[in-house]
Amino acid sequence: MVTGTLPRIATVWCPDWPVVAVSGVTDAELPDASVALDLPIAVLAAGQIVACSRGARGVGVRRGMRKREAQARCPDLVVMSRDEAVEARCFEPAIRAVEEVVSGVEVIRPGLLLVAARGPARHLGGEAALAAALRAAVHRSVPEVSVGIADGAFAAEQAARRDAVVPAGSSGPFLADLPIGTLDCFGDSALVDVLRRLGIWTLGGFAALPARDVAARFGLAGAWAHRQAGGRDSRPVVVRDPPVDCSVTVELEPPVDRVDVIAFSARSAVETFIANLSARALACACVELEVTSERGERASRRWRASGVLSASDVIDRIRWQIEGWLHGSSDVSRVTAAISRLRIVPIETVPSGTHQQALWGGDGEAGERARRALARVQTMLGFDGVLAPAVVGGRDPAQRTQLLPWGEERTQSRRADEPWPGRLPAPAPSVVLDPPAPIDLLDAGERPVVVGERGAVLRPPCRLDLRRDSPVAVMSWAGPWPADERWWDPRSAVRVVRMQVVDERGRAYLVAGTMGVGGADAQWCLEGIYD
Amino acid sequence: MAARNPVREWPAAPIAAAALASRSPSLPVHPALHQLLPDGLRRGSTVSVTGSLSLLLALIADASAEGAWCVLVDLPNGSATRLGAEAARDFGIDLARLPVVPATRESWTNVVGALLDAFDIVAARAPARLADGELRRLGARARSRQSVLVPFLAGGRWPMADLRLTAQPGEWAGIGDGHGRLARRRMQVGVEGRGQAVRSREVTLWLPGEQGRVELDEPAASVVELSDVRRTG
Repeated sequence: MVTGTLPRIATVWCPDWPVVAVSGVTDAELPDASVALDLPIAVLAAGQIVACSRGARGVGVRRGMRKREAQARCPDLVVMSRDEAVEARCFEPAIRAVEEVVSGVEVIRPGLLLVAARGPARHLGGEAALAAALRAAVHRSVPEVSVGIADGAFAAEQAARRDAVVPAGSSGPFLADLPIGTLDCFGDSALVDVLRRLGIWTLGGFAALPARDVAARFGLAGAWAHRQAGGRDSRPVVVRDPPVDCSVTVELEPPVDRVDVIAFSARSAVETFIANLSARALACACVELEVTSERGERASRRWRASGVLSASDVIDRIRWQIEGWLHGSSDVSRVTAAISRLRIVPIETVPSGTHQQALWGGDGEAGERARRALARVQTMLGFDGVLAPAVVGGRDPAQRTQLLPWGEERTQSRRADEPWPGRLPAPAPSVVLDPPAPIDLLDAGERPVVVGERGAVLRPPCRLDLRRDSPVAVMSWAGPWPADERWWDPRSAVRVVRMQVVDERGRAYLVAGTMGVGGADAQWCLEGIYD
Repeated sequence: MAARNPVREWPAAPIAAAALASRSPSLPVHPALHQLLPDGLRRGSTVSVTGSLSLLLALIADASAEGAWCVLVDLPNGSATRLGAEAARDFGIDLARLPVVPATRESWTNVVGALLDAFDIVAARAPARLADGELRRLGARARSRQSVLVPFLAGGRWPMADLRLTAQPGEWAGIGDGHGRLARRRMQVGVEGRGQAVRSREVTLWLPGEQGRVELDEPAASVVELSDVRRTG
């Protein structure tokens, strides 16, 4: 690999983007935009700090810390949870601003994009002028931005972190002094760990190792990291032109203007797309998403990953892109109507099998492995053989538990944090029955327990028959609590009451009774078990 | 002799091996369970739970909150019953990392085996009839994959578990004869281990406690109990 053949790449990097996006300071006209970043703010995902503000870093908060650990260092830390939709939406104006300066923008993730530098630099009269133009363009919509230009994408990203223009041919020396932990950005902390224990502390030290030995010891992924460290290779492996017929088109009929619905509809097409490529022993490193709206507007964007894109990565990018276009500020929006067609075109592919997916997984190796295992279980038991539980809004416990097939998009129908008058206080039953199972709740005279019109139990419960094994004695009980539903409609109005009963073995149950008119025909069923 | 040479062996799975070595040897549990499990949930071990689904949820809650991937297999049980997601969340479990496999039918062994390969904790209802060889094989798989297998025993059995947690019938507080409501439950939970390494002991827990989480009941009483154990054992 000859250094001189590497393309010059300019990278635009918005530091701490997850923090900037969720703290709502993307409007640079706010006088206190950069002041806000001096406050200690941290963004949390999966129990770990994924980004923090300058202010938080100043008091010792670091990425990868647990929430508790971070709060111990900084008690007034403002912790927010990550919102990728907001990150994508807020980054859209910056992408457009860059597109006004240069063409051929490739987005790596919200907060980081790259462009080929050679042509625009010649046009604008030098690389320093290009960097200044990019910075000025993005600065209109983003409070803080830095631009780096170097040979190859990896060196350019590192240059952007230092806001530097590295002259052509000197990317190797530039990278040589950086700490070995820089490779962490590929999610490969195990490799970095081993290298540290071997006494290698800088990228230069790693790059000085013989390439053959690195490949033998660390495999292909290690060899790739080794080439990166030496500033010798910007791409995982030799890039191939993708076969034309691998692009897929999703027709949306009728047109859709909701991000989650589009992402869900595209899921199977994306899986076909990835499967088609892998049938040809290829994986996708850069993808173009092209959407057509029902008014005939057409817009496209390229997305590049540092490794290869998995099906869920492509879905994420579809979501980010459409979020930005549909919900971005209206004056610059290129898509103003519902979307009728989505096309996914592979721009750059690499031979597959050269990448271990785990090294590039979105939320780490463990999550990617878990997802693969669940996909395997789904092939054994069917798509709905694996369920994802969630708490949603509702009055009775069965309503408040939602179980959807794993991987299916969750549409927020009923929000759990809204007030739901009439719901029972904590603790919630650990087992819910859906549908509720019919049971008998009997009084001392072996008749069903009846709750009167005024909401009082006429004769207290005495025995509980779950109809599975022999009836048990009721030791204590509480309620009844009325849960009148649809009382305004005389035809469907039923009087429902709930009671908690504890049997002689100390087991507690949540039971619901339906009362007919005048308290006749009382019927009881089991809704939950406090196991 | 080539197989003995470490340089030759490394390229097989160097990064996975390094990742395994760098992981912590055990998963955290709630402080209220420290007397039962002083070291947390040791990776590669089998910890059976008997008597209460809440105990199982409390056991895996802190590991889940700290980022571990957990999965429930055949729990609670059968067709019409489901996990109460709210109770699981109140114990501190992160539902985003808690898939549920409700009914495995005949492929129980295959499903649990596949999940052990990838998950930190696999909690599964032990089926009524399963050969000792199968149980032993799954235990070995958990050990080699460094995951924790948590069989839930209700009708089933798991004689070779490393630790056995057993909940006695509980006693509900807050509910009377027609007044109050279920507030919290006091439960005796005992632990037994195989071999000499683990001393049997018993603690009293609120399961669930006031906020739906697990709490230790009166630390003073537990200390007395520990000294009892020491005197008799």
